[in-house]
Amino acid sequence: MSKQQAYPKPKLVPVPSTNIIPERDADKSPILECRHLGIDFGGLSAVADFNMAIGRTEIAGLIGPNGAGKTTVFNLLTKVYQPTRGTILLDGRDTHSMTTAQVNRAGIARTFQNIRLFDNLSVVDNVKVGLHNQMRYGMASGILRLPGYWKEERVAKERAMELLSIFDMQDLSKHQAGSLPYGAQRRLEIVRALATNPSLLLLDEPAAGMNPSETAELMNNIRKIRDTFQIAIMLIEHDMNLVMGVCEGICVLNFGRIIAKGTPEEIQANPAVVEAYLGKKKEA
Amino acid sequence: MKTEKKRRLRRNTRRSLINYAIVIAAYAIVQALNAGGNIKSSLQGQLVPICAYIVMAVSLNLVVGVSGELSLGHAGFMSIGAFTGIVAATALQAAIPAGWVRLMLAMVAGALFAGLFGLLVGVPVLRLRGDYLAIVTLAFGEIVKNIMNILYVGIDEKGVHIAALEGSRLVLSEGGVPIIKGPMGAVGIAKLSTFTAGFLLVLVTLFVVQNLVDSRAGRAILALRDNRIAAESVGLSVTKYKLMAFVTSAALAGAAGVLYGLNYTGLAAKKFDFNTSILVLVFVVLGGMGNIRGSIIAAALLTILPEALREFADFRMLAYAIVLIIVMLATNNPTMQQFFAAVMEKVRGTFRELFQKSGETVKGGGDHE
Repeated sequence: MSKQQAYPKPKLVPVPSTNIIPERDADKSPILECRHLGIDFGGLSAVADFNMAIGRTEIAGLIGPNGAGKTTVFNLLTKVYQPTRGTILLDGRDTHSMTTAQVNRAGIARTFQNIRLFDNLSVVDNVKVGLHNQMRYGMASGILRLPGYWKEERVAKERAMELLSIFDMQDLSKHQAGSLPYGAQRRLEIVRALATNPSLLLLDEPAAGMNPSETAELMNNIRKIRDTFQIAIMLIEHDMNLVMGVCEGICVLNFGRIIAKGTPEEIQANPAVVEAYLGKKKEA
Repeated sequence: MKTEKKRRLRRNTRRSLINYAIVIAAYAIVQALNAGGNIKSSLQGQLVPICAYIVMAVSLNLVVGVSGELSLGHAGFMSIGAFTGIVAATALQAAIPAGWVRLMLAMVAGALFAGLFGLLVGVPVLRLRGDYLAIVTLAFGEIVKNIMNILYVGIDEKGVHIAALEGSRLVLSEGGVPIIKGPMGAVGIAKLSTFTAGFLLVLVTLFVVQNLVDSRAGRAILALRDNRIAAESVGLSVTKYKLMAFVTSAALAGAAGVLYGLNYTGLAAKKFDFNTSILVLVFVVLGGMGNIRGSIIAAALLTILPEALREFADFRMLAYAIVLIIVMLATNNPTMQQFFAAVMEKVRGTFRELFQKSGETVKGGGDHE
């Protein structure tokens, strides 16, 4: 606790915060709200006093220098790590006692920085695994091939192809997921996450390893996903063109603490952010 | 789009259908040879064990290959199944005279019991990962063996009696019959298992395992094997699906145990020791992890092999080991793999040409899925 106080207090936004952009979805409650979220690894406080809220159809960005704790925030939200302090409210529900799987069923889906696909399954089967909890038939109908099996498998297959069509990946459906090129693997991860029918989609560096034209396409697709599914998206990204181009609200993290929140314009003009990324100007 | 969908479904089910076809063809050939009196009696005695080991290998493949967990106590489930089946078959002797009905009921009982123990072991153990699971299942196999070694079960008109440690504790009335006599095992069992029963059990096993893998639950099991963290992140419950694979596998091993146990007049618990577990694991590894067809072929060939090598007399097990090593080297050698792949491609090409010539009838026939 005493360690935590040693860090500088967040400079811009008072605690507790509201939505990153208050005017958006102002009539609705936020889909996600973090209050004083924090986690310690041993003596190190990796994330501390993390306060933020995301609107129901907002595209939010989480940026910061390397090691700032961005992925740790994602891992806290999805309960890969249990928070040491604070609460996460997903659609007003405390996720305190939930496991990773339960959080997903409650509405948070994610992708991973280092791609985690089911490498030995086909592309369409990867998406079908995402659809798992929307299918109902049990083990017995699966083994005995009862009508429920055929009906639900057909629906799942159609749905999977529909989702794959977001990224024009229908033609790859029969390929083994592990054999896809890098960019396609990233896209498949997004499709698989979308298949779980989330209300909040977390993208961990979706543009990593993509060239500028692929990144531009990804930007359009992120907007398209938001508009089609009417969900909130939060992304971690180092590509500032993408972040500034697509995000409506941005949250800047440094040493596990929020140092700035606001619209892309505000963030770009913020001296604390410039300092975190480029260092302090030397006095001449 | 439409034709693609059909072809994909066909490819998925084709593999399973070929497996059924192989088993049915093998059964037909053996029956035909048997009718002609062309099978040596030593091999004839191996037919039921071969079926039992195929079931064991396929069911263990569900845990080791499909679910990706190393289990070293599969013989323990076989043992539980075998002795449950023997007791059930003997107890029902008076009530149900028809042998095949009793065999079937015994198999159901054996499968249920083994499945129950699978559940009991699996619930705590499947929270462990990797090496720990292997250690606990190994211990489980040994515990089952030792418990069976001190177990005395008998039956009289009042029902089934169970005692432990000493035979004298088993108090039976005048007409009572001891079924399991501790270290001596079960004696005087009515031989109910037939090759046909074994063949049917193999088909049922294939049906259960293949359909399970190719369903919602099976995809979840495969996904958990490929990437546990990602699987959790899409909302899959780890324990539920690992347990599903483990218990199904245990139940099938129990049924295999019944088939095996009711094939002999006497059976001791020490038959189902660590070596048997490893033997089945060898079938799975050699046949290929997750490869059902490989398990079937490996189990059949490696059960016959020691018999076929009988002429080497004392060097029998040495020759067996050498064959194993050669097969492993051959299947893991890139040059050999390429060679086999090329051969298979040639064979496939010829088949494709044949089918294309016969044209429409084949295409029409395959679309029923």
